[in-house]
Amino acid sequence: MSALTISNLTKVFGGLTAVNDVSFEVQEGEIFGLIGPNGSGKTTIFNMISQYYSVTSGKIYFKGQDITNKKTFEIALLGIGRTFQVVKPLKRLTVEENVMAAAFARESTFAGAKQAATEVLEFCRLDALRGMKAGGLPIAGRKRLEIARALATRPFLLLLDETAAGLNPYELDEAIDIIKKIRSELGITVIIVEHIMKVIMSISDRIHAIAYGATIAQGTPLEVAKDPTVIEAYLGSDYAGENKNAQC
Amino acid sequence: MKERASGRAFKITRTEWIIIGASLVLPVIFDFSPYFQGLLIFIMMWIILGSSWNLLAGYTGLVSFGHAAYFGIGAYATAIPFLHFGLSPWWGLLTGGIAAVILGYLLGLIVFRLRGPYFALGTLATAEILRIIFGEEEWLTNGHSGILYMTTWVSKYPYYYIALALALGAVFSVKLVTKTKAGFYFLSIREDQDAAEALGINTKKYKNIATVISTFWAGMAGAFYMIYMGFIDPEVVFSLHNISIITILVGIIGGVGTIWGPAVGAIVMVFMQELFRSSIFGLAPEWLSRFHSLVFGLLVIFVILYMAGGIVGDWKLISRKIRTAHAEEKE
Repeated sequence: MSALTISNLTKVFGGLTAVNDVSFEVQEGEIFGLIGPNGSGKTTIFNMISQYYSVTSGKIYFKGQDITNKKTFEIALLGIGRTFQVVKPLKRLTVEENVMAAAFARESTFAGAKQAATEVLEFCRLDALRGMKAGGLPIAGRKRLEIARALATRPFLLLLDETAAGLNPYELDEAIDIIKKIRSELGITVIIVEHIMKVIMSISDRIHAIAYGATIAQGTPLEVAKDPTVIEAYLGSDYAGENKNAQC
Repeated sequence: MKERASGRAFKITRTEWIIIGASLVLPVIFDFSPYFQGLLIFIMMWIILGSSWNLLAGYTGLVSFGHAAYFGIGAYATAIPFLHFGLSPWWGLLTGGIAAVILGYLLGLIVFRLRGPYFALGTLATAEILRIIFGEEEWLTNGHSGILYMTTWVSKYPYYYIALALALGAVFSVKLVTKTKAGFYFLSIREDQDAAEALGINTKKYKNIATVISTFWAGMAGAFYMIYMGFIDPEVVFSLHNISIITILVGIIGGVGTIWGPAVGAIVMVFMQELFRSSIFGLAPEWLSRFHSLVFGLLVIFVILYMAGGIVGDWKLISRKIRTAHAEEKE
């Protein structure tokens, strides 16, 4: 079943076309990578899915339902969780309270939310920091808290926006492990935006590459990595040419 | 696990029972003078207003500079039915709260579009507009002559206990709310409105809920004021610096976003105000009484610079400083 279908999505800011006629389909249970150089429109696509930006043209379907004109909080309640590239911790609340606030999306009582938060914190290995104020967390903790909070809303589909950026190699491995477990243990479909190739290549089932707001390639990680247009977009045409020669 | 989790939900602590008990029996045991009882009654009124403001500003991040609007509407919803229909002002404890909630809800439709300082200015303007309207529309409000009514009792005891009940109601309603879904949603909105939406929080709806609870108590304080004082006019109940600003001071000095902050702030403010009005009970020269606004201003600057959490919010910091100062003295 298709978890999310994006069809002919376009976003125009004034005279700038940030996303231009992008279409893709994410299957249930998939980890779907979205890559592209800086400013290519990845976060803009996330912001359109979660309705922070209105869609200029095109449609977004979640489990077959048209969600193009829903409100942000409705998207979350329907089952699309997201993290923010520029993290947004609820600074003066503790880590546990942050996750509880999210858990109230599905729980109505204090005890229920606390229980749900405890489970999520253990899953994300944040339980040791539960009493700490979120504003005092280091970057790795803040990134992890973003994931924990999104998970606490019990999403069907999770949008991860550069959750591995700024992490050291050890933290990176831990982050990869958690993302893998999100699918294998919780059965959540994941769309991931990431610049760190180690992450995106090792966990994605399929990858969709965009540059300047338009699709340039789609396929398995290996196919996309070899694609000359992708290499050109990231490294410039010189390298793309060499790569072509090497293949010959 | 379940038990421990629920154990931390709403619970009245031992200290709180002591406070409740003391405020119930002390006035009877010590037979306070009517003057002192009057001060206590005003403390209770400011606790109601401060808690009301605190729920909106301290917990939800909606800093109101116009709480006099709800206070005044509560007072007039008590006085106008009396003036025109001879309805007992005691009905105000019903109509005052309801009128303030209606005003708060309608205003919310407009001012919630504003964020930060613009929201504050919007609320300030509202109270000022109401002050002028209630001063001019004499057919309805008796204008600047105000509305007068003979208070029910000469003794201040009944008023004290009614004010106490309302104050406890306000404080504990805030405490109760902080342990619920709505309370968590208020805090999330205060911390980051965009993040809150991503967590599935209907921010508009929960801002309205916060406003309803907050304005209800502000309206009740206004109704109580009319019942107790027996006289209101627009300059008094819609006053920017005697109501709206003092409400903010009560919240800030006591501790923004703390349950007992407004209570502590109310005690400090009422005594400060009394100290200055009476020129330190007649001991200081008379001109001192004219400086109370200046001193309040300095006090706010001091609190914001050195203890942004207020007395309750920064209590640990304050007590540690006192202790170290004490220890140094001994050495």
